[in-house]
Amino acid sequence: MIAGIPESVLSLAYLLAAILFIQGLRDMTHPRTATRGNLTSAAGMLLAVGVTVVWFEIISPVVLLAGLVVGSLVGVFLAVRVEMTEMPQLVGVFNGFGGGASALVAGAELIELQGGNPGGAIPVDVGIAAAAAGLIGAVTLFGSMVAAGKLHGVIGGSAIRYTGEHVVKAVLLGVAVVAGVYLVVQPDVLSASLQGSWVPSFWILILAASLLGIALVVPIGGADMPVVIALLNSYSGLAAAGTGFVLNNTALIIAGTLVGAAGMILTVIMCESMNRSLLNVLFGGFGETGSDEEMPDIYEGNITETSPEEMGILLDSVNRVVIVPGYGMAVAQAQHAVAELATLLGERGVEVEFGIHPVAGRMPGHMNVLLAEADVPYERMKELEEINPTFSQTDLVIVIGANDVVNPLANTDDSSPIAGMPVLNVSEAGTVIVNKRSLSPGFSGIPNPLFAEDNTFMLFGDGKATMQAVVNEYKESR
Amino acid sequence: MTDVVTNLTLFVLAAFLGYSIITKIPATLHTPLMSGANAITGITLVGAVVVAGSGSSTLATALGFLAVVMATVNVVGGYLVSHFMLEDFSKAGGDLS
Repeated sequence: MIAGIPESVLSLAYLLAAILFIQGLRDMTHPRTATRGNLTSAAGMLLAVGVTVVWFEIISPVVLLAGLVVGSLVGVFLAVRVEMTEMPQLVGVFNGFGGGASALVAGAELIELQGGNPGGAIPVDVGIAAAAAGLIGAVTLFGSMVAAGKLHGVIGGSAIRYTGEHVVKAVLLGVAVVAGVYLVVQPDVLSASLQGSWVPSFWILILAASLLGIALVVPIGGADMPVVIALLNSYSGLAAAGTGFVLNNTALIIAGTLVGAAGMILTVIMCESMNRSLLNVLFGGFGETGSDEEMPDIYEGNITETSPEEMGILLDSVNRVVIVPGYGMAVAQAQHAVAELATLLGERGVEVEFGIHPVAGRMPGHMNVLLAEADVPYERMKELEEINPTFSQTDLVIVIGANDVVNPLANTDDSSPIAGMPVLNVSEAGTVIVNKRSLSPGFSGIPNPLFAEDNTFMLFGDGKATMQAVVNEYKESR
Repeated sequence: MTDVVTNLTLFVLAAFLGYSIITKIPATLHTPLMSGANAITGITLVGAVVVAGSGSSTLATALGFLAVVMATVNVVGGYLVSHFMLEDFSKAGGDLS
């Protein structure tokens, strides 16, 4: 430490940083103040890091500076270059880096504490905290990389399952826990070989936890990614909090715990929106089987097709339209065409709202971000509870790239895999137009009776091209 | 041991505080919330700075360097993408017809 500055200055600076984080999060409760909130939070971070650099005695400033510069360049490059549709995987990657950094810091601090003196000097509480931070951090890093790989299409997006996968996970967790206990207790057995100056038991724990992170996420399918991303977000916060216990650093504990709570709440919201438990999402193996061969063909003879021309004419006679987007809209990058249609309708006096299901897309709030990018005002984006009572007064619902979240079987069929899941009851509207590429089932693997209903018209085709065609038809119709 | 108790107190209080703030955030902002919260996780950079800058062994310094890089990517990238997304929201909110 630098002589002359008491430790209380450092502590007070951390307190101020914590206040800025909290105020920043509070400002996130409304879109108007959210930008300011993010900047407030960033100011807190700058303060915390800056005061740390000044206060602690830096033996190797070149190493530190190099790390900061490299990290900043990579961060800016990724953030500037990213497409809005790639946001879920980028958030996943950032998450992973945060968790990984926490694990590394815990490991480095253990090595410092042991100070080349095998078998000594790691207090029990520090050992426990380091083991927790290492376990959670490594799971977060590798789990996030797999999740991001799936979202980016590098790894197969579907649920990959194999016999004995639960055994594999249990064994990996067991190895990690044993290594953690060994780290904390440090028994004299094997002392010569296993208590080197680099604290081998911690790195065994890291290795097992890394493999566990991979094993946990690989079997989870694409549509469950909102839950996984939110949960890993929570983990990265908890890992930081754990590292805070290791370093006895209040800023890490407060900030990490805030994020841990935030991620946990999002995780719970996502699970409730699918009427499934967290355990079922993580271990249940949803959507990996398609026993669609035996399913009765409910579509036969009941499907009515429509075209952009017909839809353009229909749009001339409506007063209220609700647009229900799904992951298909993101895949097709159709948000700009959809937003243009909404704007045109609005200009001609039609009331347009967006009905957004909580788990539509691949991360919490995915649809909202895409629509905001396409300049849709956030006042137009309605949550499920808000929009459902309005369908009976709605002339036309346009479903674009969504399937399971509008499947009425969730309300009617108790044996369905999505039974009890809150869905958007779009068929209460006068007319429903569904834009999809085909009749193929959604993530749940079950057919959707909505498509066969009398007031439903199917508009087959790529989301972007089809919506653009509708926009052109509608423009010409007057 | 008093340090541990103090830290545990902070942990529990922060958890409750986080819960009460985050539940008020509308679903519309869940993605920027997540990336913003994610950037806050980069607070581990503070720890990384300590071990990278003051590590007495080469191994600890090397690990610290790696941690600094990862945490900085997390912080800088996280705040930037949140900012870009939130700008979309405030821009889109302005020209409401």
